[in-house]
Amino acid sequence: MMDALIFVLAGAFATATPLLLAALGELVVEKSGVLNLSVEGMMALSAAIAFMVTLQTGSHLVGFVAGGLSGALLATVFAVLVLGFMANQVAAGLAVGILGLGLSGLLGRSFEGMTLPGLGKIALPGLSDIPVLGRILFTQDVVVYAAIAATALVAWFLYRTKAGLTLRVIGENPNTAHALGMRPVGVRFLAILFGGVMAGFAGAYASTVLTPLWSQDMIAGRGWIAVALVVFGTWRPGRVAVGAYLFGAVSLLGLALQAMGIGIPAQIMTCLPYVLTIVVLVAISADKVRVRLNAPAALGESYRPAS
Amino acid sequence: MLMASGSTPVPGVPSASLLRLENISKNYGSLVANDKVNIDIRPGEIHAVLGENGAGKSTLMKMIFGVTQPNAGTIYWKGQPTEITSPARARALGIGMVFQHFSLFETITVAENISFTVPGDIRELSQRIRAASEAFGLAVEPDALVYKLSVGERQRVELVRCLLQEPSLLILDEPTSVLTPQAVEKLFVTLRMLSDRGIAILYISHKLEEIRALCHSATILRHGQVTGQVDPREETSHSLAKMMVGRDIPRSAHAEARPDGKVALRVSGLSTRERDPHAVNLQAVNLEVRHGEILGIAGVSGNGQQALSRYLSGEETLPVARRGEIEILGDAVGHLGPAERRRQGLSFIPEERLGRGAAPGLSLTDNMLLTAHRLGMVSRGFIRKRVRDDHAERCIREMDVRCGGSGANASSLSGGNLQKFIVGREMMLRPKVMVVAQPTWGIDIGAAAMVRQKLIALRDEGVSILLISEELEELFEISDRMAVMFEGRMSQPVRTRATTPERIGQMMVGLFEASDEMAAEAAQ
Repeated sequence: MMDALIFVLAGAFATATPLLLAALGELVVEKSGVLNLSVEGMMALSAAIAFMVTLQTGSHLVGFVAGGLSGALLATVFAVLVLGFMANQVAAGLAVGILGLGLSGLLGRSFEGMTLPGLGKIALPGLSDIPVLGRILFTQDVVVYAAIAATALVAWFLYRTKAGLTLRVIGENPNTAHALGMRPVGVRFLAILFGGVMAGFAGAYASTVLTPLWSQDMIAGRGWIAVALVVFGTWRPGRVAVGAYLFGAVSLLGLALQAMGIGIPAQIMTCLPYVLTIVVLVAISADKVRVRLNAPAALGESYRPAS
Repeated sequence: MLMASGSTPVPGVPSASLLRLENISKNYGSLVANDKVNIDIRPGEIHAVLGENGAGKSTLMKMIFGVTQPNAGTIYWKGQPTEITSPARARALGIGMVFQHFSLFETITVAENISFTVPGDIRELSQRIRAASEAFGLAVEPDALVYKLSVGERQRVELVRCLLQEPSLLILDEPTSVLTPQAVEKLFVTLRMLSDRGIAILYISHKLEEIRALCHSATILRHGQVTGQVDPREETSHSLAKMMVGRDIPRSAHAEARPDGKVALRVSGLSTRERDPHAVNLQAVNLEVRHGEILGIAGVSGNGQQALSRYLSGEETLPVARRGEIEILGDAVGHLGPAERRRQGLSFIPEERLGRGAAPGLSLTDNMLLTAHRLGMVSRGFIRKRVRDDHAERCIREMDVRCGGSGANASSLSGGNLQKFIVGREMMLRPKVMVVAQPTWGIDIGAAAMVRQKLIALRDEGVSILLISEELEELFEISDRMAVMFEGRMSQPVRTRATTPERIGQMMVGLFEASDEMAAEAAQ
């Protein structure tokens, strides 16, 4: 029983990491006022490329770099559409997302069913010896730690730096920001690029670390979960992280219960993480004032620089 | 610390000009926004730019502030020909601007907002903000989140932001449109103080009395051209208005209403709980509009007027048990929707002309159909096009709506013309009770005068009119009695002819005792 619980909680961090990475990227994009719905596609494409590169080079690091770059590449296509041609953000995001999914399937066909070695767990010296907690929190792979650090970094950037303040106000009102001498298009481009890189890392983690075995439909909706986490987490990095870890824990809970032979229909267990995450995050976001303060007011609106 | 750099004015001795515009022209396609405009401003001068909406005031200011560039002409800054290529350049030169629609971000603090244009550490900046707000009598709290501030407070933030950049020229775009009379007085004190320190002020407005009270000189624009450059202190409001409009504007003179005492619209004890946490809740609002009178509701916007108009129009309904809180002609209607209330004889002219008063993407004929369908325009579920078109044509003719025919989209009309159309449409319905919100907001003087005349004509026919307005002058011009809304509460009504703008101004900041005293006086 205890072992099962430790398994669930320890695994939750790894399961949640791709969600968290992608959601942090999307959070920064949305804070700048851009809604990028191609997260699923960016994750899928970079998962395929990262898998391929890691297979060839044997290096997870090189795989992650390739994944990040391919996410950035797809994000650039999206950025050109919405910032350059003022395309509708929802339509452009869906189109680029489908492109990413298609490319992923195409590239991945040749290594269907192949496997990779995983990534070793790092037991933090000292901390990992703490009973129970040590095995849950402090015996994880490096990316899990990095994702936690990234959460703190994104929060620090958004709320403690001038650049973060600039990004947030561009998401509130790009016209006013421009009138004050800021450059909304440039800032939004950088934000979209960051979102692409983060989605790329998320895809790379999913295909080379979390389940290092290639199969089509590798990402399986995780990009969409990431987008939802941003909204339900009211655009706050900390709450988004809570949502991601909760989702991870409840997904694994189902597996653990099944392994223990508790007779709950699999369908219910499969939908439980979605339901529970939504319920918890809706409760968090019930405070309308908080939502209004954190939601980017210009989200999804094209910005045309005044001539 | 805030002295303008360069020359300071010496009384009686003409000093060198600070900003001079020479033959400035700007056109957007075939539309000429500014045509060979010349203006000369000296340090310390308060210079009014006066004109109707669309006269080219805003375009002119945008060119001075570097938002857009002129097609022809030269701008001289301190005697030198200067190209002002961007707002940043304008600020670097020493030009500050307070916009009519504020350029503040709502979700961050005052100090953070100011940090975008005034460099420096936030904590040090906060101290400078406090110092400046004390020096100029502009109460501003640097750590406050902007969304919590009233419009008056936001304007002070904008002013402080400009002043911290130590400008030698300050541009103010319709600064008093959102202020109470008392706040206007305070603003003027500050502006005169700035002027004494040598800061020149460009004051854009269409309020003639204010310009006469404040400004040293005035340039009047009409259709993009300068039609007069005068000393406003030596002019009358009437002569200024004539230069602005190009013809005489009759005041809506009218006899006092003689209501027969019967109440047509009654609100008793209406309290609400708004869904939006920042909206103002109505608190036990009482009011009565009698046959053949105009009851004016004054107040700074955001004190519950929106909620009141929504509950009166039927866009927002009450539970059946509370339906009696709103009565039209003696019938409880609180639970009824807009269409049913209209059948009872109510007509409603909302604040937003495009979107609530008219559908922007529809033609005028289709917009006619929206509320006037019961004038025989629909038969067995089918539209009778002839009847509809005839009504639309008649409305356009009678109200002198300037448009590209009855097939023109509502969004293609100017605000004034669309409002005339909407008022005309509602008049055709021969309502018994009319609720009108901000009927002349943002429309030109000519159209505004016509709308007011029509409202008085309706009143004289016995229609009961509730007029919600932020324009005190308008309320004093046409309403018979006035009440004031403040933070969701409604004052006792007072007779317009027995009160003054000063007393209404006190009520607008919540000092309702002023009205109670008057009600008591009236009762004696």
